[in-house]
Amino acid sequence: MSETLNRESLLEAYRTMRTIREFEERVHNDFATGEIPGFVHLYAGEEASATGVCMHLTGDDYIASTHRGHGHCIAKGVDPVGMMAEIWGKATGTCKGKGGSMHIADLEVGMLGANGIVGGGGPLICGTALASKIRGDRTVGVCFFGDGASNQGTIFEAMNLATVWNLPAIFVAENNGYAEATSSTFSVACDNIADRASAFGMPGVIVDGFDFFAVHEAAGEAIRRARDGGGPTLIEMKLSRYYGHFEGDQQTYRAPGEVQKLRETKDCLLQFRKRVTANGEITGEQLDAIDAEVKAMIDGSVVKAKADPKPAAADLMTDVYVSY
Amino acid sequence: MARKITYQQAINEALDQEMARDQTVIVMGEDNAGGAGSPGEDDAWGGVLGVTKGLFHKHPGRVLDTPISESGFIGAAVGAACNGMRPVAELMFVDFMGVCFDQIFNQAAKFKYMFGGKAETPVVIRTMYGAGFRAAAQHSQCLYNIFTHIPGLKVVVPSNPYDAKGLLIQSIRDNDPVIFMEHKVLYTMEGEVPEEVYTVPFGEAAVVREGDDVTIVAIGRMVSFAQEAAASLQKKGIHCEIIDPRTTSPLDEDTILESVENTGRLVVVDESNPRCSMASDIAGLVAQKAFGALKAPIEQVTAPHVPVPFTDALEDLYIPNAAAIEAAVTRVKEYR
Ligand SMILES: Cc1ncc(C[n+]2csc(CCOP(=O)(O)OP(=O)(O)O)c2C)c(N)n1
Ligand SMILES: [Mg+2]
Repeated sequence: MSETLNRESLLEAYRTMRTIREFEERVHNDFATGEIPGFVHLYAGEEASATGVCMHLTGDDYIASTHRGHGHCIAKGVDPVGMMAEIWGKATGTCKGKGGSMHIADLEVGMLGANGIVGGGGPLICGTALASKIRGDRTVGVCFFGDGASNQGTIFEAMNLATVWNLPAIFVAENNGYAEATSSTFSVACDNIADRASAFGMPGVIVDGFDFFAVHEAAGEAIRRARDGGGPTLIEMKLSRYYGHFEGDQQTYRAPGEVQKLRETKDCLLQFRKRVTANGEITGEQLDAIDAEVKAMIDGSVVKAKADPKPAAADLMTDVYVSY
Repeated sequence: MARKITYQQAINEALDQEMARDQTVIVMGEDNAGGAGSPGEDDAWGGVLGVTKGLFHKHPGRVLDTPISESGFIGAAVGAACNGMRPVAELMFVDFMGVCFDQIFNQAAKFKYMFGGKAETPVVIRTMYGAGFRAAAQHSQCLYNIFTHIPGLKVVVPSNPYDAKGLLIQSIRDNDPVIFMEHKVLYTMEGEVPEEVYTVPFGEAAVVREGDDVTIVAIGRMVSFAQEAAASLQKKGIHCEIIDPRTTSPLDEDTILESVENTGRLVVVDESNPRCSMASDIAGLVAQKAFGALKAPIEQVTAPHVPVPFTDALEDLYIPNAAAIEAAVTRVKEYR
């Protein structure tokens, strides 16, 4: 077992991953009823990535997320109850119902926002990292982005800038194999996204994104280096999403049984459970208890979200400027 | 009765017919086929809402999926247009112009002029715009006014399936860069569309409804709302003339001015934010060129000066509607 992870940390990691999974499965089911408005992109299957990275971060560190942002939000400490209300378009939501699934943000916990613009987060995280560096407070910034986003100019520019300025920035490419319906084997010109790191003068590592422990270790090293002034790192997580690009996607571009096989053989929660219960350090019952607690919490968040009020008409005109 | 198809099918048919007619017409964009490199279906999406579905197999080698690199492939479409092709590039949602605008407004738009008239850039950029999908601030804007501001770009904003087909064919045949704006809520709108190939010329507004009391100029999706309002006002004895400019650049000034000369009253309906908008542009035009005819202040019915909100409760308030148009028409009619 990894030396940095005591029992408490392991339980925390499991709880975070389970919370993300439960949250996403619940949104998946509720979306099918037609009650949830707009577009939602689910993170189920990728939980180990957000969790293994964000466990190294404090509330003073920043992350920038993507359109598939629920998992990053939860792992960074955004309240799932507020998130659920946001997705349901309620005044009690994280962003008062103004942003929705694609724009959940909570600056108080260092969550700079999900993002509707693919590749939008890279430059922003260079900015938070620049502030960290100028203040000299050892905080860092982490930019999560997808395999599709890895081909966006903003991401290239951001990685170059991060090395040029020697910023405490970490670029986490979550390669789930697809950008919408397009395979990363088509859209990414080199074999691995991590291969691009050398072109930007930073270390690049490839990690099994289903394996929480591998993620935790690689992220720990990169984040430590960044805090110590050693500059940026590119980490490529090889993983998969369990649902469509967005809810409603028929996914005819995928191989039959593709997801089912991954769920049975690679699932991050299953692997984690197997590993931590193998030596008796943690029991299956303890994990079952977490499952039940998380389920109750998510159920409660939905009941509350449904009952909560929508924003009032006057809210349309507020929050555009600080002063005007 | 003529055949009825949707706005979305009309666009697909225009692309299909022009690709069949002219081998230099190529289509490119994110998932315009869909499924590139994947183990499953290879024409899986046909664009994010299925508009280009089926073209991939009908026109082998001329429907290109792209990485998410808008600056790269929109710019490549511009370059290909300089080298003998007629590319139709899809910028999925117009909000994404932010990551590729240089290739559009500094490059494509200006070649003809900067190069002393020598360059022609027959590129079409198709893009979805508009609110109503609960898609929030980065997937719901209009922004046609920003393109309209730029000399060298032509801007097309079809309000119905017939115009969508005819204007898209015209866009492909036109030798200047064209921004073709598709309102995502209109995709399911049905209308009569001839099977034959036809064009709708640029710079010719449609007089959608005739009337002597008040002129309503409406853009894109707002045309339907204006029709709704006019039908209701008719019952109250107020007769509206509705003008759909169809292209905001070039703008058919004459049709608008002639109508206001007759009615003396103008309401402009524009889904975008009010500052520096088509509404303010057309209001300015009429204030300057038909001042003597005006019997009442010009009314602008637009979205407010805020980003597009997510929740339905706020988005429904954000989008101009028939009731707001009716109220504005009533105000200008009753003005003394
Ligand atoms: C600039 C921009 N281009 C295109 C899109 C539309 N879009 C949203 S998500 C997406 C695919 C992103 O793929 P990837 O980066 O691999 O992330 P994943 O969805 O797999 O998590 C696309 C094309 C967008 N939102 N922004
Ligand atoms: Mg992806």
